[in-house]
Amino acid sequence: MDGIFLQQLINGLTLGSVYGLIAIGYTMVYGIIGMINFAHGDVYMVSAYLTAIGLAVLTFFGLESFPFLILGTLIFTIVVTGVYGWTIERIAYKPLRNSTRLAPLISAIGMSLILQNYVQVSQGARQQGVPTLLEGVIKFHVGTGYVQLTYTKLFIIIVSLVGMGVLTYIIQNTKLGRMCRATQQDRKMASILGINTDRVISYVFVIGACMAALAGMLITMNYGTFDFYAGFIIGIKAFTAAVLGGIGSLPGAMLGGLILGVAEAQFAGLVNSDFKDVFSFSLLVLILIFRPQGLMGKPHVAKV
Amino acid sequence: MSASNSIDIKRCLIDTVLAGLISLIVFGPIVGIVLQGYSFDLHPQRLAILVGIVMAGRFCLSLFLQTAYGRKLAHSMQSKDSGVHVLPAGHKSALRFVIPVLILLAVCFPFFANKYLLSVVILGLIYVLLGLGLNIVVGLAGLLDLGFVGFYAIGAYGLGLGFEYLGLGFWAMIPLAMILAAFAGALLGFPVLRMHGDYLAIVTLGFGEIIRLVLNNWVSLTNGPNGIPIPGPTLFGLEFGRRAKEEGHIPIHEWLGVSYNPNAELIFTFVVLFIVVMAVLYVKHRLTHMPVGRAWEALREDEIACRAMGLNHVLVKLSAFMIGASIAGLAGVFFATKQGFIDPSSFTFFESALILAIIVLGGLGSTLGVVIAAFVLTVAPELLRSFAEYRVLMFGILMVLMMIWRPRGLVRISRNGYAIRKGVKP
Repeated sequence: MDGIFLQQLINGLTLGSVYGLIAIGYTMVYGIIGMINFAHGDVYMVSAYLTAIGLAVLTFFGLESFPFLILGTLIFTIVVTGVYGWTIERIAYKPLRNSTRLAPLISAIGMSLILQNYVQVSQGARQQGVPTLLEGVIKFHVGTGYVQLTYTKLFIIIVSLVGMGVLTYIIQNTKLGRMCRATQQDRKMASILGINTDRVISYVFVIGACMAALAGMLITMNYGTFDFYAGFIIGIKAFTAAVLGGIGSLPGAMLGGLILGVAEAQFAGLVNSDFKDVFSFSLLVLILIFRPQGLMGKPHVAKV
Repeated sequence: MSASNSIDIKRCLIDTVLAGLISLIVFGPIVGIVLQGYSFDLHPQRLAILVGIVMAGRFCLSLFLQTAYGRKLAHSMQSKDSGVHVLPAGHKSALRFVIPVLILLAVCFPFFANKYLLSVVILGLIYVLLGLGLNIVVGLAGLLDLGFVGFYAIGAYGLGLGFEYLGLGFWAMIPLAMILAAFAGALLGFPVLRMHGDYLAIVTLGFGEIIRLVLNNWVSLTNGPNGIPIPGPTLFGLEFGRRAKEEGHIPIHEWLGVSYNPNAELIFTFVVLFIVVMAVLYVKHRLTHMPVGRAWEALREDEIACRAMGLNHVLVKLSAFMIGASIAGLAGVFFATKQGFIDPSSFTFFESALILAIIVLGGLGSTLGVVIAAFVLTVAPELLRSFAEYRVLMFGILMVLMMIWRPRGLVRISRNGYAIRKGVKP
């Protein structure tokens, strides 16, 4: 095994775990109302800004120690992004529950444009950044060179795995999770059994937004910079991850994220980094051609 | 009924306060705190205005929805909009009066237009073309195509690269760009159209981005972000510049023996473009009467029923997708000719969104609506330069509001009705 491969494997796992977190938002929303939430990538972008703002404000008030700073920012980002998710659903999707099939998709595109331009106008078009929070690196010697694993990357992988674990627990073992699963399986039947499905749909949007918030914070910590356009490309890639894993399947989204992240990083490292986005998009098209149900999804059955 | 007719002010106030709180949480950090490097500035005034607007808006909305008219409106929104209005058989459209007037205007226009007006109108017509193309895909066939700009880029770069490497000019590229774009559409559409419709949206979104990234990164072929020059149009080998650029060519004003007119090239582009738009309008009109056009609309309304009736849904959708793509390729050729120079920054996702906004505003499936909307959305920003910053925001709000208020667009779509011909058994 050579060094570049291992290094890109680490980079890919870092990136992939974050893709997985964003993909959860796509896959849950798609599973429950059969709609691609185009604004989801921009929710992630908003959360990146919220992270930077949270860090700046908390540092201003004299909070310097890493655990408190990161915990405070995390709670702030997740809560506010969750409110974003709820508001977006309330304004742009809820009134369209009974509309034509195209209407929510176009409305979602509109919402995505609104979020991008709103952030651009209020925060300025320039690139923003956050300081490096976690210094330090672990080095392994491999062959002639060495591979480095920064603490930030380690932190990202651990936190996103914990986030996915918590979500899996919520979906599998709590009342909210049971309601979500019931609504996903059969919305009409669930509402006959006394589940407020409208509210469950709102919860799903909030959960997706919270996961995007976690992803936004982690990516911002890793790259350090972001701009108002950042949500677009990451959004499509996370969707690719969701499709790869099988859309509608929660473990599929996480697995798809990891696979896509690693594949993209290997392509960038071994072939050509200019075309890594092209590679991911082509992968999306290829998956849709050869295995549209993804790795862990069920084939789509049309019902009358 | 009488009890529910009274207006509940207390509920309005609760709604208003809740909306204010939510908007404070949503807008607070992003609008109220502006990042400055690793530090920040506070902008409480901006935040207060925005929250105030939201609260006032929510209060008015709450009040309005409790009036009799508001309740009726809310009810009509909840019910599924059946939408399409079917005209009686043999109905003659009002367009047969509008089109001669338009042609007359177009004939007179070049005589009094200046350079600026000409280029604005040409841009408007290019977007009419794009709107018509996308309208076949989204409005008639009900396929959400978010990478329309990719086909537009294929047309424009087809002209640029075709000239640079193969020496092809404006006229040769018009059919070639259409074929090229349609071929790309078939290549992309064929695998994806077999599946559930929403996948198409994201795949085309990815495709549009792939095209832009390739144009940007393949520097040895496309010259990357620096762009490529586009040759001026010619008419039977006559050029429109003051001096002929190629050996053996003569400028048109020398050939005609008139003095040089700097607008000649734009006027020529305008005339050809206008004829093309008219031709596309006619083709689209005929297509909606043909079996394939009616199959598009039927597939949009109920795919399962159509497949049960024996329609090949993939081929029908693919035909709409390819025709739409070829019109975008055509528009790309005109865009490149008008600009004289193109680079990948003209083909971002924003363009796709703008074209989508045009057809959403104009009405999905409506022709007249799209023509008007294309001019409104391309010419209005030229006039309102000071609002340029908020342009995308406006498009976004427009799309969301239109979908909530009138998912079928501003102009009501009507479909032709057909009667059984005399002497033919039903």
